[in-house]
Amino acid sequence: MISEIAITALIYLAAFFLFVGSLGLAKLPSLMQRLHGPTKATTLGIGSLLIASMLYFLLERGALSIHELLITTFLFLTAPVTALMIANAHILRDTRNRKKLPPTGGAVGWAVIDGPPAEQSDQD
Amino acid sequence: MIATASMVALIAIGAAMLFNLYRLLVGPDTPTRVLALDTLTINAIALVVLAGIFYDTAIYFEAALLFAMVGFLTTVAYCKYMLRGNVME
Repeated sequence: MISEIAITALIYLAAFFLFVGSLGLAKLPSLMQRLHGPTKATTLGIGSLLIASMLYFLLERGALSIHELLITTFLFLTAPVTALMIANAHILRDTRNRKKLPPTGGAVGWAVIDGPPAEQSDQD
Repeated sequence: MIATASMVALIAIGAAMLFNLYRLLVGPDTPTRVLALDTLTINAIALVVLAGIFYDTAIYFEAALLFAMVGFLTTVAYCKYMLRGNVME
């Protein structure tokens, strides 16, 4: 009974967070704001849904399944990488806001836009 | 109880996928469309895991894992193409 309540609560939590993440993706005005929904809320939602599935098979069926942990690990590792790459692509393609950028104040320019600094030799 | 919760979650994930589809079709620029496709993949994984709970079977998890890997590779390939102009250099 307790396990059933816990699994149900986790499924409701997952449904809420998956819905909120996609709602943020649809409603927010610019890409940098839209990135917040899928990278945080949706990741949390799918994490709690996978915990619910793991608890279901462990408590209701008595069989420990590791597949969920594998999927959770993979998704939690890849979500930030995906967000970073999409943000990089957006920075590279968004030429309108580029003139508003202040100078970096150092020898190296902005990342993604100005490219890496020149190679330095090992002697100096 | 779990079946009712699964039905509610099914409706919520279906609505979320409709939102993603809207963003995929309307999205003003290409990175937004890539982001919408990535979120659509994650919602599809959630749907597969939910089907595994609802039908009480463990054979769907390989499909979910495959979705996760292919979705990540797709997003990385699209972003690489947008950043560099080609996928493999």
